[in-house]
Amino acid sequence: MRRSAWLAIGIPLLGLDGCSQKSPVPAAAMVAAVTKTGTSPAFTPPPEQQMPDGPLGDVIRRGRDIFTDTPTHAKAYVGNGLSCSNCHLDAGRLAHSAPLWGAYGMYPQYRKKTGEVNTFGERLQGCFLYSMNGKAPALDSAEIVALETYSWWLAKGAPVGVKIVGAGYPKLANPSLPADYVRGEKVYEKDCALCHGNDGQGQQVAGRNVFPPLWGPQSFNWGAGMHQLGNAAGFIKANMPLSRGGTLSDQDAWDVAMFMDAHERPQDPRYTGNLADTRRKFHDTPDSLYGTKINGHLLGEPAAQTQGRR
Amino acid sequence: MSRIGSLRIAWCLAVAAALPITGARASDAATIARQGNGKGAAPCLACHGMDGGGQSASGNPRLAGLDAGYLRKQLDDFTSGTRASPVMGATAGALGDDERQALATYYSKLPVPPTLTKPVASVPAAGAELATRGRWSKQVPGCVQCHGPGGVGVGASFPPLAGQPAAYIEAQLKAWQRGTRRNDPLQLMQHLSGALSDQDIHDVAAWFVAQPVITGGAAP
Repeated sequence: MRRSAWLAIGIPLLGLDGCSQKSPVPAAAMVAAVTKTGTSPAFTPPPEQQMPDGPLGDVIRRGRDIFTDTPTHAKAYVGNGLSCSNCHLDAGRLAHSAPLWGAYGMYPQYRKKTGEVNTFGERLQGCFLYSMNGKAPALDSAEIVALETYSWWLAKGAPVGVKIVGAGYPKLANPSLPADYVRGEKVYEKDCALCHGNDGQGQQVAGRNVFPPLWGPQSFNWGAGMHQLGNAAGFIKANMPLSRGGTLSDQDAWDVAMFMDAHERPQDPRYTGNLADTRRKFHDTPDSLYGTKINGHLLGEPAAQTQGRR
Repeated sequence: MSRIGSLRIAWCLAVAAALPITGARASDAATIARQGNGKGAAPCLACHGMDGGGQSASGNPRLAGLDAGYLRKQLDDFTSGTRASPVMGATAGALGDDERQALATYYSKLPVPPTLTKPVASVPAAGAELATRGRWSKQVPGCVQCHGPGGVGVGASFPPLAGQPAAYIEAQLKAWQRGTRRNDPLQLMQHLSGALSDQDIHDVAAWFVAQPVITGGAAP
């Protein structure tokens, strides 16, 4: 089970600006610690009971419904069974789970991913294209407007243009050992397979996800943020297993993130027709395993993508 | 042991004693369910009902339609003590390996009794938020996030909550709190039950009782 040489070298380069958490700490304690040392104010979104009545409230609620049950409420734009709230827990409210209130005020923003300044609506379009493996609703579509309105409401009172404590996913310190597939597989079997299944395909009731697939044709595609090891490790550390966030060690989180992201998934929609070229253009970082060989399989290989969409 | 608990045990044993015990074949689950196994395992129907639908008044759970793997594990755990219950500890301990498996399979295949599939008139609002959304300030997910929409149950590890007596759901949440039940994978229930008040437990149990029981993967 050989990793590519670049991986062993690359992983320690990640998370240079990460926090100094090294041992397993319950998420609540972690949040408190970060809040104490953070330079920005923590933020609490308004309680759901305070959603206004009337037409504005209706659009806010529609945004929440799209967010928590995307296949039902934005059917035309999703290519898998995921919902936004699979990775943004508590309907986009939870700190350290990329909450909407932490993202809203950070746009417009120059993004390396697109090479231009994107509005929040354009950022939401990216979620549909990559994480939902679907197609982007128009900026003035009811779906984007509703999601934007819901996000705005959650962010009411939050500072604009300031990274708030709890925004995004935590940046973990470098793992002591380079992230490892075999160790990750053991973590997966012990702490993840209960819900996500031995085959990573989640568990469904009546064709609907209760636990989301982590790879394969019904998961996020190679362009999604969660395919990046740093994002995945941070999310996993803070939030997984569900309700037991903060219980995995940083090393376990890195290892199991690597295990998850070393599996095949739907093609990057930016695929140029050439894997090496696509990697060079969009994945030229040790944070991405796309276009690299793991266990003899070239990840992102077009032949593996024939079943990318159901 | 509470007074109600003692009465419940006395009732089950009384019913068991009143039923004829014949030499049941080891793995004839229907016979064991009806008559016991003649080796100390009480008849299941004494507490779980003729149709496996449970008894809401006494808080005895429904078994009909539950996942076979889940049922098997519970029988094993009653014996090992990770799920403490005087009645079930004695009963499961008197069942052989093949008998446990046969009973788990038997009950998993029983249809949900029609009395449980009737629509409930009204769903109480109090437990809805905890059941569907959780309380993330205390790392508590919504119950349905693991137990499935409406508490329909998911696989062998997340049993149905819909169609279970409120008294049963309440008793289990309190057992997780006390540690008398500790057979949960990844200590998920032991952990999150600690964040719940008695009122939370009451409300959330009442919410699940009002959910329709869906079987066989029908649309939620």
